[in-house]
Amino acid sequence: MRGAQVARLRAVPAGLSDALDVVAGFDDALTDGFGRIGDRGAAALAGLADALAGTPLAGPVTAAVDAVTAGSIAPEHLAALAGARSALLGAAHDALLGQLDEALGRTRSPWTTPTTGSGEAPLALAGARAWWHEVAVTGWRGVDHEVLSAAAGVVEASLAVPELRRIAVLLDGLAAELRACVPVATMAEVPARRWADLWARGVLLTQGAPSTGEASTVSGRLLPLGVDVHSHDTAVQVQVHAVLEPADGGPALLVRTAVAAAKVDTIVGPAIWRLLSGHPLLLTALAERRALAVTDLPLRGGDLGWVDDRVQLDEPADPFATARVLLPAASAAATDPLDRHPTGIAEPVLVEGAAIRDEDGTLAVEVDGERVALAVDRLPAAGPLTADLVAAASACLGLMRWDDDRWLLQPLAVRAGVKRRTVQAHNGDWACGVTDPKVAKEEARAGDAVAVLRERAGRLLRR
Amino acid sequence: MTNADGAGWRRRSVVAVVPPARPRKLAKVPFVELADGRLQGVVSSGSDVERVYVSSVTAGTHGYQCSTNNNRPCGGLRGMPCKHLHALADEAVLQYGVDRVARYLRVDIGDGLADGSELLARLDGQPEPASAAVVFSRFLRHLSYLELPVSTVVLPELHWFPATGAGR
Repeated sequence: MRGAQVARLRAVPAGLSDALDVVAGFDDALTDGFGRIGDRGAAALAGLADALAGTPLAGPVTAAVDAVTAGSIAPEHLAALAGARSALLGAAHDALLGQLDEALGRTRSPWTTPTTGSGEAPLALAGARAWWHEVAVTGWRGVDHEVLSAAAGVVEASLAVPELRRIAVLLDGLAAELRACVPVATMAEVPARRWADLWARGVLLTQGAPSTGEASTVSGRLLPLGVDVHSHDTAVQVQVHAVLEPADGGPALLVRTAVAAAKVDTIVGPAIWRLLSGHPLLLTALAERRALAVTDLPLRGGDLGWVDDRVQLDEPADPFATARVLLPAASAAATDPLDRHPTGIAEPVLVEGAAIRDEDGTLAVEVDGERVALAVDRLPAAGPLTADLVAAASACLGLMRWDDDRWLLQPLAVRAGVKRRTVQAHNGDWACGVTDPKVAKEEARAGDAVAVLRERAGRLLRR
Repeated sequence: MTNADGAGWRRRSVVAVVPPARPRKLAKVPFVELADGRLQGVVSSGSDVERVYVSSVTAGTHGYQCSTNNNRPCGGLRGMPCKHLHALADEAVLQYGVDRVARYLRVDIGDGLADGSELLARLDGQPEPASAAVVFSRFLRHLSYLELPVSTVVLPELHWFPATGAGR
């Protein structure tokens, strides 16, 4: 990424601020609860209906706003409201990603995977739907221990159904935050945008079993660019961004593939890799910076499904070289319409010849005089990247993110000068074990959390 | 993300609302939580690998309890907190930080505390009945996460939950 490209991200896409204002009004109304909507809340919801006028959602949203204002909310009304909010943020996603693609010169194929209708709805889904309904009526400020213990029941029931894993993981993450914030009514400021994001997604996910759609299959050479680590108390996911060179000689594709595991809150830092030991080739490819030969993996949009026995280790491949040589021409794919939200934007970029600037404790990368803030709070403890290392970087391979009305660069790997030597550090370096002697020693002293808990589970669970 | 001070939260999607647990050794106290209005957890017996103690301190009243998972009262509880309660408090402070534990229990820590035992010394509660079964079943549920069947479903919602450097 060059300075001229960064400069093209400065303009705010047309209509974005207005859309986000409408969203903010909705989010405040949800914070107070749809069960006791005041004049301001009613005005905010009317604004949402106005914003959707002329779209296929106009009718259902107007009906929903009328119902909420009149104090009689049915499940389909909440679905319409969640859909409307998601449509606005989906449009924001499209505008922002379009801006980034244009700046980077990245081509993106349109979404073609047909969305199949929802199959039969598992019983647990009804419970989840009822919970999202209840919190919408109560509002975040009305959340109490009773609401939270209901959430625990929904999480347990959804976890038991593998197709509902998305709902379970989403709700478990949100419930932990609510639990730590109860009583929410006394909070100075509620994370209204964030919780409404999760609420809207939760409502949409409970409209039916998530559609899987038809996936095509693809074979070729997979060259990892970097790995993004996600986690909350009870889940961890590593998402590898990579360039796929199809075996049929087609153009290179920008893809991502993810594996996840359930965990508990006390498993943190490098220990998370041990939960993913069922995917040894992926971990080895990350730790040894190697390419993978993949055969007939399902591809949905840009999401490559990971299947362990259809993958083989290939030659070493330097992610910086992949980013320099293959990334500029790689073709990206559109996101599943349901998943379109600015938070989901995570586009790999390489910044070289950069200087890291410290502006009052906030790091930014500067290239050709143009700056992008660095998301140093997204450096996982599971890997070797630290703010200090990033501050010494001369090159950074990362993901472009958008939040809080600005673009950010989340480092996945850096090349940095340390003690007059040039070193590379990647998020996935410790996937097969910590390679930093100092951190490894601390890890050894703390003991193997996963092993301790598995021993306890083995002894106590089946009695 | 922002610091957990709440400022500027309203219009951000990615915010670290709850700091993640800090790493600690789990062998002695495999489970600690601030839930149901109590600091509660499970402490492994030092002598019998099959036995665990369930210990808890109630927020506000500071009443405390310790018993085996079969509801047999702890022998060490003679009018003052036993060693299991001390271990629980120490590990809670490691996991959550002393401020969060004290705030939850509603203890005035004044000029600060070194560890969980000092925290216990500031409580003026009495032994009180509490159900070990509830806490123990929460512990079993906690452990059951590690036994969940693997799912290959992609979880796009986890983009709201980035891993951080906390606890490094």
